[in-house]
Amino acid sequence: MIETVSDGEIARAPPIAPRYFDNAVISIRQIVKEFPLADAANRVLHGIDADIRAGELTFLVGESGSGKTTLISIIAGILFPTTGSVRVFDTDIYALTDGELVRFRLANIGFVFQQYNLLPTLTAAENAAVPLIAAGVERYQAVERGREILGKLNIRDQSDKFPRQLSGGQQQRVAIARALVHQPRLIVCDEPTAALDAASGRRVMDLLREVALSEDRAVIIVTHDNRVFDLADRILVMEDGRIIDDATELPDGR
Amino acid sequence: MGWIAIRMLTGDRIKFIGLLFGVAFSTLLINQQLTIFVNLLMRGASAANEITTIDIWVMDPVGRTTDVTVPLASTNLERVRGVEGVAWAVPLIRSSATVRTPEGDLEGVQVIGVDDATLIGLPQNVLIGERDDLFNPDTVFIDDVGSRRMFKSTEHALGTRLELNDQRAIISGIVDVNPTFTSTVVLYTRYSNALNYVPGTRNRMSFVLVKADVGISPETLTDRIQNSTGLKARTRQQFANDGVDFIIENTGIPINFGITVVLGFVVGVAIVGLTFNLFVRDNIKQFGALKAIGVTNKKIRDMVATQAALVGFVGYAQGTLLSILFVWGAAAGFDTLKGFYTPWQIPLITAVVVMLMIFVTGRLGLRSVLKMEPAEVFR
Repeated sequence: MIETVSDGEIARAPPIAPRYFDNAVISIRQIVKEFPLADAANRVLHGIDADIRAGELTFLVGESGSGKTTLISIIAGILFPTTGSVRVFDTDIYALTDGELVRFRLANIGFVFQQYNLLPTLTAAENAAVPLIAAGVERYQAVERGREILGKLNIRDQSDKFPRQLSGGQQQRVAIARALVHQPRLIVCDEPTAALDAASGRRVMDLLREVALSEDRAVIIVTHDNRVFDLADRILVMEDGRIIDDATELPDGR
Repeated sequence: MGWIAIRMLTGDRIKFIGLLFGVAFSTLLINQQLTIFVNLLMRGASAANEITTIDIWVMDPVGRTTDVTVPLASTNLERVRGVEGVAWAVPLIRSSATVRTPEGDLEGVQVIGVDDATLIGLPQNVLIGERDDLFNPDTVFIDDVGSRRMFKSTEHALGTRLELNDQRAIISGIVDVNPTFTSTVVLYTRYSNALNYVPGTRNRMSFVLVKADVGISPETLTDRIQNSTGLKARTRQQFANDGVDFIIENTGIPINFGITVVLGFVVGVAIVGLTFNLFVRDNIKQFGALKAIGVTNKKIRDMVATQAALVGFVGYAQGTLLSILFVWGAAAGFDTLKGFYTPWQIPLITAVVVMLMIFVTGRLGLRSVLKMEPAEVFR
């Protein structure tokens, strides 16, 4: 980390110039996010610009409090920015009405959460089928599709088990199946390997790379897990609400 | 999504059973407390309801219920019979007396003297013996609950010789009646016998029982009787209501039982409310994930409504069934509760209360779910 001393204050590394791509599927422009406090506003993102391409595994890394979860929430359309715009597959998602945004998420975005957030009373196949059921697909068809996607992730034999009967790695695979089942074009993952041991984490990440990217999707992963950084196509490093590095590997010393 | 809502609800058996138990127990509590309350009040009307062949009760102007009245002069019977529109009228005595059993014990009883010729005033259902047995000299019938209280069983009561006001009375029949509010033993006899059994006073006749002519409404006839005789006349229904009102106005039942009923409501609300509210809050993370995935607030609302409806319906049905069985069993097993039943209005009231409880608590739980930002699942 580069630190300079100026007028007695510690200055963090300056933000880098953003990289823009003609074939970007996600374009983030001047995103500012402030959370209201009692007597002021806490600014956690300071005018972020970024482009993300399909077919890439993009890691969003940074220390706790750097703003990466806030940024991924905004990209995923589940947290309104204070200012700025987010275009996802040519749709300015925050120009949509609430209902349109919810429908857009359902159709275009798959989520993988740190704690899996599977429904404990549904089987693996049923959990995987939830986005399809929410989209109105007939239940039996949706569950069958869930089974198929679990098969792709090599756990079809676990389809009828409940989450509590699965290991952490298997649960995360079910969560990935749920994120993929409705064939969204963007997958966002929040610390998908944080609750897993090294080997399971690696397998999950390999799977994401293999399954998610094979169909030309954009995949954005928030992670602390430096054991899997080598799988990234691109790493955006955040600090204090700014992107301070954009590379294919982490800068020295990280 | 309704299917997922139901799976979320029923998948955790322990939680689901806990919820059902909460709703069923609350339903049972509310139903049972209301049933006992209503039936206790209805005891005030049981004597009036027992005689179904008449339309009007005529009594002294200060009379209020079957147990609170002043005897009338026997001439009033003819005065009532003389009112236009009266098809027929018969006298009735209801009076307290002391009876001496063969063992020498003294017991307070109520003596009811029914019309000598027609036996109007005698309950319809004679369990043991024949109605006509009452025409025999010195004969009394006893109510079934009273017979078990006074003797070991109804069989022991039959044929027993009692002493009433130095007169002999032989128990020759058992009648099926619901106990009155005071639950005293009741002896039925003919009017002429009752005059001997009840300690002598100048006036003995308690009521005149009236049947209206065809085409004359009881309400019209009561007005006529009151206007022409100066006596108080009440239709059967009015008189039954008077008995209930008397209990409400003159006993501590409404307050004491009212408190119990309110407590039943409060406990019910607490159980149902807390369990359902906790259930919704327990699933807040799952609902949050669904919202992030793209499930609309409307669908979330529908899911919680589906869960509430299922828990409410099944729990309510179980609770109501249990309470009806409880009341039925208690009424069959305990003489003091004989005749208790669950009026149809009570399960209806309870259904509304349970629905309201679940609606309010579901909404409270739902509010936190709907307010939850989907982004919170990332935190």
